[in-house]
Amino acid sequence: MSMSNLQKVFASGAFAVTGELGPPKSAERKKIEHHAHLLKGCVDAVNLTDNQTAIVRTSSIACGRILIEEGLDPVIQITCRDRNRIAIQSDVLGAVALGMKNVLCLQGDHANFGNEPSAKNVNDLDSMNLIQSLRRMRDEQLFIGGEKLEAPIDLFIGAVENPFADPFEYRAYRLAKKVEAGADFIQTQAIFDMDRFELWMEKVRQLGIHKKIPIMAGVIPIKSLGAARYMKNNVSGMIVPDAIIDRIKAAENKKEEGVKLCVEMIEHLKTVEGVAGVHIMAVAWEEIVPEITARAGLLPRPKFD
Amino acid sequence: MIVAERKPLTEIIKAVAPFEKVLVLGCGECVTVCMAGGDKEVKETAAAMAIARKKAGKELAVKTQTVERQCEFEYLEAARKLVEEADVVVSLACGVGIQTMNLHYAEVQTLPGVNTTFMGLPLQQGVWVENCLGCGNCVLEDTVGICPIARCSKSMLNGPCGGSQDGKCEVSKETECGWHLIVERLIKFDKLSALSEVKPPKDWATSHSGGPRKMVREDVKL
Repeated sequence: MSMSNLQKVFASGAFAVTGELGPPKSAERKKIEHHAHLLKGCVDAVNLTDNQTAIVRTSSIACGRILIEEGLDPVIQITCRDRNRIAIQSDVLGAVALGMKNVLCLQGDHANFGNEPSAKNVNDLDSMNLIQSLRRMRDEQLFIGGEKLEAPIDLFIGAVENPFADPFEYRAYRLAKKVEAGADFIQTQAIFDMDRFELWMEKVRQLGIHKKIPIMAGVIPIKSLGAARYMKNNVSGMIVPDAIIDRIKAAENKKEEGVKLCVEMIEHLKTVEGVAGVHIMAVAWEEIVPEITARAGLLPRPKFD
Repeated sequence: MIVAERKPLTEIIKAVAPFEKVLVLGCGECVTVCMAGGDKEVKETAAAMAIARKKAGKELAVKTQTVERQCEFEYLEAARKLVEEADVVVSLACGVGIQTMNLHYAEVQTLPGVNTTFMGLPLQQGVWVENCLGCGNCVLEDTVGICPIARCSKSMLNGPCGGSQDGKCEVSKETECGWHLIVERLIKFDKLSALSEVKPPKDWATSHSGGPRKMVREDVKL
């Protein structure tokens, strides 16, 4: 089976770079293409969020197909919030049939965050079950219920972990559990508290997890003081230290300071043992990714024949 | 216990508007303890109904009674006389009691006077928390007595999710993260390693997901 571009980058040992694209609250293909073109050449693969923060948007798999047609490698996010095991397995088969391979397994923000707070939260599976079920579909050709797939499928299974969530002492163990469940690569929640991230990585290294699978460190460029404050106060599972808020507040050119901070973080993350790449989440600010990747010395991206 | 909350009086008053003779029927079990449908609430509700009707310039005959347990047929016989005199019954029992009434007295309509909220416990006076979803396959042994199905907003078997912060759930700062409590309690009993095993997808067929449930025990049937 052929490797996805992201897999190839990991296999080559290069420091990987992924981006993120938030599908629109519409069916405008042009918007998706536009954002895809902004990221093209700067990243090895692009995450497509699955109704992020429980807000209805174009499906991640539909957007994934558009990205393939535009020459990018999609990472399909799948949450457990909206679909039961029948729908998830069906959608994964559909994604594979449409040429997708990278799937990122998430639990999903609770529906009360979004624009359909009355929705029933499904959560038939949890994110750990999702990882383990996809691994079984791929490696054993079995559906969750035990029936055999009619033909093998290939998947590159991603998982997430949040070093900034609690209880902190359990977070590295939980990562180990995700690897045991079948994750092939990891993406972390966005890092602003570098001390806490390093503490977590120390534990991750003690457990030897970084030698088993690549870990991508998440970063978000801060666009404005409002955005920084919003993340600090309103985004679940995120820590934005006051020092960062103060730094943006003091800066004359807030956007430039946000970019500078992001570039500094990436430069630092490159030196952290066990960090195999960065995942840049510049949702609604995709046009900044070329500048960040250039200034952080991440360009050109590796090409494979 | 089954926890319930009385429906807004305006809603109850509106529901009985077409009727002349109303019986407000309480229950002496859970709803009495959670102060939603015991004798006190029954009398309050009846008085409010009568006053509202009087204000509208009409008459309403309201009777009240509280049976010992509204969710079993045998206790409902005590209310037969008043039920048969009434045009309608407003039950302040939980959803189970209301349905038992409708089954037992099929000729009379019994309307709900409470919203049945959950199975839980009174944490302190005036505060109740949900702690069992009746999923039909108890996992409390694995999670040191804290239910991940009921206490985690996402019913995760392998929690906590990334939204748990400072012991609170992402859904609300008022909600404790069930998985945070589980991890803390496992640490206390030196059993954190129990979490290293990946729990497989849950069999929800034993829950309501498998359809309305019925339990038959041949050993105790008469």
